[in-house]
Amino acid sequence: MQVFPFVVVAWILGVGLYGVVTSRHLVHQIVCLIVVQSSTYVLLLGVGYVTGGVAPYFFDVPNHTPAVDPVVQACALTDVVVEAAVTAMLLSFAIQAYKRFGTLDPQELAELKG
Amino acid sequence: MTPRQRRWIFLIAGAGLVAFYLWGLSGLPGFGNYPGPYGFAILRVAVAQTNATGVVSAINFDYRGFDTVGEEFILFVAAAGVATVLRRLRGERERPAVDEAAGRDVPATSSAVRMVALLFTGPVVLAGWWLASHAQTNPSGGFQGGILLATAFILIYLSGEFLVFKRLSPADLTDVVEAVGAGGFVVIGLSAVAMGLAYLKNFLPLGQVPGAVSSSGTIALISFFVGIEVAAAFILIVAELLDQTLLIRQGG
Amino acid sequence: MDQLLALVVVVPLLVAAAVTACGLLFRSRRRILDVVAILTAAAVAVMLFVIMIRTARGDQVYWFAGFRPAHGVSVGIDFEVQPLSAGLACLAAVLVTAAMTFSWRYFDRVATYYHALMLTFLAGITGFCLTGDLFDLFVWFELMGVSAYALTAYRPEERGPIQGALNFAITNSIGAYLSLSGIALIYGRTGALNMAQIGVAVAKHPADRLVVVAFVLVIAGLLIKSAIVPFHFWLPDAHAVAPTPVCVLFSGVMVELGLYGIARVYWSVFGQALGHRAAIGHVFLGLGLLTAVTGAVFCFRERHIKRMLAFSTISHAGMFLIGIALLTPLGLAGAAVYVIGHGLVKAALFLCTGIVLHRLGSVNESWLHGRGRPLRVTGVVFTLAGLGLADLPPFATFLGKGWIEASAGLWLVPVLIVCSAVVGGAVLRVAGGVFYGLGDRPSEDPQMAREAAEETSETTGGKDRTPLTMIVPPAILVVAAIVVGLIGPLGPAVQAAAVRFEDQAGYNTTVLSGAHVSHPVALFAAGPTSVTAADVLTGLGSVAGALILAWLALYWRRLPLLRAHRPNASIAAAARRFQSGVVNDYVTWIVIGLAALGGIFAAIIGLPQSPALGSSPETS
Repeated sequence: MQVFPFVVVAWILGVGLYGVVTSRHLVHQIVCLIVVQSSTYVLLLGVGYVTGGVAPYFFDVPNHTPAVDPVVQACALTDVVVEAAVTAMLLSFAIQAYKRFGTLDPQELAELKG
Repeated sequence: MTPRQRRWIFLIAGAGLVAFYLWGLSGLPGFGNYPGPYGFAILRVAVAQTNATGVVSAINFDYRGFDTVGEEFILFVAAAGVATVLRRLRGERERPAVDEAAGRDVPATSSAVRMVALLFTGPVVLAGWWLASHAQTNPSGGFQGGILLATAFILIYLSGEFLVFKRLSPADLTDVVEAVGAGGFVVIGLSAVAMGLAYLKNFLPLGQVPGAVSSSGTIALISFFVGIEVAAAFILIVAELLDQTLLIRQGG
Repeated sequence: MDQLLALVVVVPLLVAAAVTACGLLFRSRRRILDVVAILTAAAVAVMLFVIMIRTARGDQVYWFAGFRPAHGVSVGIDFEVQPLSAGLACLAAVLVTAAMTFSWRYFDRVATYYHALMLTFLAGITGFCLTGDLFDLFVWFELMGVSAYALTAYRPEERGPIQGALNFAITNSIGAYLSLSGIALIYGRTGALNMAQIGVAVAKHPADRLVVVAFVLVIAGLLIKSAIVPFHFWLPDAHAVAPTPVCVLFSGVMVELGLYGIARVYWSVFGQALGHRAAIGHVFLGLGLLTAVTGAVFCFRERHIKRMLAFSTISHAGMFLIGIALLTPLGLAGAAVYVIGHGLVKAALFLCTGIVLHRLGSVNESWLHGRGRPLRVTGVVFTLAGLGLADLPPFATFLGKGWIEASAGLWLVPVLIVCSAVVGGAVLRVAGGVFYGLGDRPSEDPQMAREAAEETSETTGGKDRTPLTMIVPPAILVVAAIVVGLIGPLGPAVQAAAVRFEDQAGYNTTVLSGAHVSHPVALFAAGPTSVTAADVLTGLGSVAGALILAWLALYWRRLPLLRAHRPNASIAAAARRFQSGVVNDYVTWIVIGLAALGGIFAAIIGLPQSPALGSSPETS
């Protein structure tokens, strides 16, 4: 249990990259990019976990109860927003690509070569 | 590279990369054994320093507020990018939504769906508003609150009223709201500078009780601005994407 | 605490938001928008220049939201500014001003987003250069990246920009996520995001596997951004299709920022812990060499002017990396000045290409042969800039290159000269063929002809003359490149700045305890910065080589010897196979490159520690 979440991190990264590399559909490729980023969420949150810690919200829990690391949660929040932004832009590129090239296969988008 | 070559080359190289990554990950202190000073230092002082009981929001909008400025503008740029790429171009005309499989019997949106969607719109707006303006207590703050607010608009679209959705969120107005949200955040930070303090210093009164409605100074205010910016950005993005599929067709 | 440090990032962001908020107002009054944007960029440039002068006396640290570190633990975000950081950001602001002046009034169908995007791009660059916090670095890196993706796709009605933008976005996003993984990894060990704090924590023990992997991952995104081979494939695609003012920024600053990031992360965070200075230097030296040579070779065969300039940027990125990899203050100083000179000259080249595109409507060198004769001033500026690219004394490029060569081993110097000559030769070939009609018309490459034909004009109106706002910026940039090369006391000042950049202990103390540190002597002795006759000879040699190559390229058909051999064909086939335009290939190369780099670094850390930290990496 000590190391398993981090194995998951590496696995997600590998799977995501495999998806990007072998993809034949732009939307699938973009979603695989999301998968690659998900590995960073798991890593961030896994790194900050404290065994037996509560969530860092002290509205109904007395102050100074041992809690998990709040900094990585804030970082993950930032990360999620960044990913949403990049994905939205990439999807709009994909729409335009379909309109210009007539295909969503990245291996067929062959305007630029050499 | 042919697809087959690519797959095999990647499997070998990717295995190497993953192995390298795992080798490094094995040096971590183990799940649940967070060692470091940063988290504990903040947990020790956050509630006392900011009167916010939601420490993550305190970090996002106070301790590491400058990161949040950058992140907000990333969203701003993404909305601008989507609008740039999908704007109406020469050679495309707007046509009202036409069912491509004409002649097929298209069922109208069921009344049950419309009623439920409209019923939920009110509570969703309320929930989003609460989340955005009470960042000091709840686990999310402006970002999630903004998404919920955007969801309310999307519910209107889902209930079949796409044109109502478009009328309620004209691109120009949404643009302005988004810019006001982003700019508002920056201006709050600048107000601290105007007072001779560091940028983004929490200069508003912190209130008496941690977690009360009017506590935590600038945190709640910043979160509110972030909320409206995120809401506007997502409405803009969704509206652009929907425009593409429903209104605009290729060619003249 | 100097509020100017916060304002340089905040002001462009605020103006970008304001410009969008008042979008309706500006729609019909384009000129006001241009003026506002140009003034903002110019103001930022002036502010950064002032900051650079002020930091010459000592590093400036700015803590955001007023949270200062206590007992060596920082809870907030800081900006830690040194002259090299401020200088690079200042170059960026100058180039943004030039680019926005160039796109005054004539740029086609621009909505307010163009100006907002350029300003957020500038803010991202400035934040990236000035920050002292790793996660903040990632945030500004992403802002810079997202603005760049949007700007690349600025003319989506053509096929090229969308493909270029997709390739750019997917490869660089993967790089950013890998860097974030590295940041999270090192956070897991040290519990800190502040660079100085991490440096202190990590240096307590010699580097183990986690530190090495974290370093390689953090570097990954920066290597991709700086277009080092084999992570470079996205750059020519993006350059070929982005609007000209945007290309100016990509080549002039964005690529160099990746290298700055690598230097910063190495010197301020991981350097002391990693040790093995000689071995690590050699690894980066090898990467730099590979990049410089590959870029130069592919540059010479290109007929699409923008792609040719893109490959030349790749080659120069390799040379900058070589300067950094020498791990001496002189090498770093040389790389810094070379970056400035190259940025100014390359920007001028791109702007002149933009003028050609505006007047003649093409960037295909074959088609343009001889047609550029009416553009006399542009031709002169372009040729001068090409000579500057080939390291003609007294350009700043010559100065920086000279210091890199002085710091490098004797065997590196010919390689650097040849790469400069090849790249300069390609540019001079274009200058001679297009603007003066020299030589024979080059053969038509059908693929490139089709690509270049797609490159329709970016501008509307006024095509019968070159407007002042288009020709003045490149002229000024070329003159600036010469002037910078002539500044006498530049040498010792930049080298002193480089010494401070490499001083990890000083950096840590300045940030964590606010002390002003007087910098001790560098780990390696300072090198000579005066210009010697030998330097001038190598500079002139490189220019001569460039001129000869250009002449050969233009007149080879008249020489029976060369007509027999056609090396171009095999290189063309190689280029097409590698630069396939398919992003899946590019990502595969990234993974291959990273796996190899990881393996090399893992092997290095397995080696015993090199004897004394003061030993110099090169024998000469």
